[in-house]
Amino acid sequence: MESIKTIELKKTYGEIKAVDGINLAVREGEIFGLLGPNGAGKTTLLMMLSTLLKPTSGTAIVNGFNVVTRPDKVRESIGMVFQDPSSDTLLSGYENLKLHALMYNLPLKEINKKIEKVLELVDLQKRQHDVVKKYSGGMRRRLEIARGLLHEPKIFFLDEPTLGLDPQTRQHIWTYIRALAEKIKMTIIVTTHYMEEAEKLCNRIAIIDHGRIVALDSPENLIHATGGDIVSLKGQKLNLKELESLTFVKGIKIVEGKFQLAVENAGKNLQEILSTAGEVEFVKVHSPDLNDVFLFYTGREMREEGDEVGFMQDVTRAT
Amino acid sequence: MNIRKVLKGLYALWFREFRVFTREKSRIISSVCLPLFWYFIFGNGVGSAMPAGAGNYQHFIFPGFLAMTIIFTGLFAGAYIVWDKKIDFLKEVLITPLSRTTVFFGKAMGSMTDALIQSYFLLLIGIVLGIPFTLSSILLSMLMLFVFANGLISLGLIIGSFMESPEGYGLISSFVIYPIFLLSGALYPLDNLPGWMKLLTRLDPATYAVDGLRAVILGTSSMSFTANLLVVLGFDVIMMFVGTWAFKRMKL
Ligand SMILES: Nc1ncnc2c1ncn2[C@@H]1O[C@H](COP(=O)(O)OP(=O)(O)OP(=O)(O)O)[C@@H](O)[C@H]1O
Ligand SMILES: [Mg+2]
Repeated sequence: MESIKTIELKKTYGEIKAVDGINLAVREGEIFGLLGPNGAGKTTLLMMLSTLLKPTSGTAIVNGFNVVTRPDKVRESIGMVFQDPSSDTLLSGYENLKLHALMYNLPLKEINKKIEKVLELVDLQKRQHDVVKKYSGGMRRRLEIARGLLHEPKIFFLDEPTLGLDPQTRQHIWTYIRALAEKIKMTIIVTTHYMEEAEKLCNRIAIIDHGRIVALDSPENLIHATGGDIVSLKGQKLNLKELESLTFVKGIKIVEGKFQLAVENAGKNLQEILSTAGEVEFVKVHSPDLNDVFLFYTGREMREEGDEVGFMQDVTRAT
Repeated sequence: MNIRKVLKGLYALWFREFRVFTREKSRIISSVCLPLFWYFIFGNGVGSAMPAGAGNYQHFIFPGFLAMTIIFTGLFAGAYIVWDKKIDFLKEVLITPLSRTTVFFGKAMGSMTDALIQSYFLLLIGIVLGIPFTLSSILLSMLMLFVFANGLISLGLIIGSFMESPEGYGLISSFVIYPIFLLSGALYPLDNLPGWMKLLTRLDPATYAVDGLRAVILGTSSMSFTANLLVVLGFDVIMMFVGTWAFKRMKL
């Protein structure tokens, strides 16, 4: 059975098409990534799937229930970690969890045992009785992940669970999520705009842009589709014609003043490329990552400044 | 409907509100001290200008200040739900399987507890200050305060459910708080008012709460305690209906 199915799902705010006709089928037990830049519509999509927002049109079925006609059933099936922190800072971590357990009607006798279990999962037992105000951003995120899991949902939504956290904490959170997916059988839908995260964690990824899915496949296949390695060149008078005629050059694009070559086996062929190209001011070779995939499908760069760049070697030559 | 589920949900929402209340010491202190402060300022200030003298005037306005704590906390409850929207805690509540009706009543119960602790505490202070209480007048006052709190807190939640920012809420609620308080006859007798103003006071639910409290505490009122109580109860019923409706249509 499919965990989630949407048909032409749309949400518009006046002129803005936040979600613009999304068709999705997420399998049971899958870790499914939604990758897209700011404003792509990821949060809006999750809000509709979790019944907090009414779709403008289209259908969404979650765990077999329609989000519009059976929101109660949908809500019983899902857990959610919101993009923005949503725990009460005046309550302790334990109290936040207890509240959640009661609202989900967990049997009173089991509540403490279950809280203990999820706290262990996110490694917060020691700080459980501190008020959340005293938690760091990462701890608060972990608490909210624990809270979302407390009622053992069939489907777990995580909206940018690592946004705004330092790299080390991000690493931690992903480790938790991965461990979780192994321990508990459930479907996980996660949004992010960090590609290397999506790449490592997800079984399949949907790339979203302007409220639409522009590509959907496993990370390996998505990357494979872009064709080999990427060689970026910069120079005033490059011999583009000659470059294009090389058999191992699969395509050339201009991105932000640089020429991007899709190259088969760049490690072996770099020498020949450079000698063919002529006067080169700058060379960069990297294995394609999801950013290149995004570029490939949308013709735009997705990465913002400040993001780290994955597997990359810089080779700069003085001219 | 699953009773257990509803009860646990109500308890959870109540517990949260109450915990937050006990953790915010400044809120407790100010909500008890502020009415007392006004009570002494008005009682002595305006009272000294009264022909009957400050003592009688203080007795006259005491019921009004009991009602005042309820009016202020009731509207504070509304502000709290706007706050929940802002800190995104409301999303966490609305995504649970609890019905909106349960959410409404859970929130109302939480704020009721805050409001009643404060107004019952002032009732105790009234005894210390020499307001002529009897056991039955204390119990009936408590009943009236309970019923009145229910209606006003529902009103606060209704306004809050429509508002998006705490700032907006502050503005709107002061347009509600002050008329309700000032038109209630808490500070002056309503008998000699011009006709149009008398009509306004008749539309103010606090008028009946204050009059009912005066009926049992001071033995002077324009309507009987029971009649006043029934009017306030009617107000409650309307507010609860509108409140559950407002929560059902509330968007994030
Ligand atoms: N309540 C709203 N009113 C008007 N426009 C909205 C509203 N919520 C979202 N939008 C718009 O819808 C679009 C999609 O927003 P959404 O928050 O879903 O993006 P996102 O992919 O989650 O972005 P981010 O990575 O920044 O979280 C944006 O253009 C946004 O401005
Ligand atoms: Mg978002």
